[in-house]
Amino acid sequence: MAEKKIRVLVAKPGLDGHDRGAKVVARALRDAGMEVIYTGLRQTPEMIAEAALQEDVDVVGLSILSGAHMALAPKVIELLKLNGQDHVRVFIGGIIPDEDIVTLKEMGVTGIYGPGTTTEEIIRDIRKAVTEKSK
Amino acid sequence: MNLTASVLAGDRLAIARLMTQVENATKEGLAELEGLFQYTGKAHIIGVTGAPGVGKSSLVNHLARYFRHPSQEKAPCTVGVIAVDPSSPFTGGAILGDRVRMRDLAGDPGVFIRSMATRGSLGGLANTTAGLIQILDAAGYQLIFVETVGAGQTEVDIARLAHTTLVVESPGLGDDIQAIKAGILEIADILVLNKADHPGAEIAESALRNALQFAPVTQHNSYHHGEKPKNQKKIEISVNEISWTIPILRTVASDGKGIAEVAAQIECHRDYLITTGEWTKRDQIRLQSELESLLQSSLMQRWRNSVSETSYQEVLNQLINREISTTQAVNLLIDGGFSQ
Repeated sequence: MAEKKIRVLVAKPGLDGHDRGAKVVARALRDAGMEVIYTGLRQTPEMIAEAALQEDVDVVGLSILSGAHMALAPKVIELLKLNGQDHVRVFIGGIIPDEDIVTLKEMGVTGIYGPGTTTEEIIRDIRKAVTEKSK
Repeated sequence: MNLTASVLAGDRLAIARLMTQVENATKEGLAELEGLFQYTGKAHIIGVTGAPGVGKSSLVNHLARYFRHPSQEKAPCTVGVIAVDPSSPFTGGAILGDRVRMRDLAGDPGVFIRSMATRGSLGGLANTTAGLIQILDAAGYQLIFVETVGAGQTEVDIARLAHTTLVVESPGLGDDIQAIKAGILEIADILVLNKADHPGAEIAESALRNALQFAPVTQHNSYHHGEKPKNQKKIEISVNEISWTIPILRTVASDGKGIAEVAAQIECHRDYLITTGEWTKRDQIRLQSELESLLQSSLMQRWRNSVSETSYQEVLNQLINREISTTQAVNLLIDGGFSQ
């Protein structure tokens, strides 16, 4: 029978228009055999949570380069919980200062990746997080 | 977990979860789907197909928005969208990007959009697309748009699944010979010429119009890859009945031009299907083809379980050494006493 596929929503919340990083990651996840739902630029947290719900994803990847991560990421996590999707793991890619990383992880973000991260690292962490969840 | 009741009540999380289970073909998921089957058959299923990049997603976006906010005193319909994109044949991964063009629909509780990957299926849809349609149908979505992968010439499975098939073309895709080739144009109930503001729209429209002149007035019976299903009842079309003339409509989906006309034709086609009894006939054809493809995969599975791997390898080796032909190999494997 068909195997379980990892489904990932890749989204760019907020107003910065730089989506190259998000596309590179999306492509790498595709090549790792995952199904990537790409939503494009300028998504509100509400749009992201709703898409994550309809697509029943395992993981939400947020690409944030605007500096608004402390406003956007917690809102997405809150909405996911509100929708009954507590199990969805949230990953962030972008420019995130060290002191914010600690706070964001406390708020429930599973992984945070800055410039220079290899795609292998992201793939490995996603696989690990999803397998742990399904145990 | 009993998802059936929640799906029937329209619970979005339950709908999404059941869809995943059906896509993964889990036992529980398929059992829930069986329970839902009696509640299906109400929705108007609209297929949208065409080459990559002709604007299928943008068109679906505008059409869905139109049916959510219709002009005049018409009541808005609830809309489900299933958008299919290809899986990589090498890694099995996929980028599902149709939502990018459907952002106008975000935040509307009357719309449910689900992206799905083909997972190895050819023909423009995934094997479980029919199951996902049934879930949305049972959950009460009145209009269900099914967007195929960017289709070439033979991805015509959608015609067997949908009540109304929109084939989307755009200028510059080929001359009049392309237009009279067999395949995708044959399955159109409504032809949409998108990007009608681009140069070459006139020529493209006249090529399509000429091609349609060669077509018989009402022809609807889609066979799988040209093979005729057995025992299929002949579909009689009586001459007195109203016939459907395939309209060619120009749109500019990026700014919503021509959308109202396409929506009107979709409604017209629905009325036509109902008054002529074609609706029921198509439903029967659809169920029969679903049955046949399920039969095929189940029989294949059952046969595979009945033949041991060593016997299979043995026959395969004989074939590779050219001791027997492929036909002989098949006969050996099916009747050759390998069944345990």
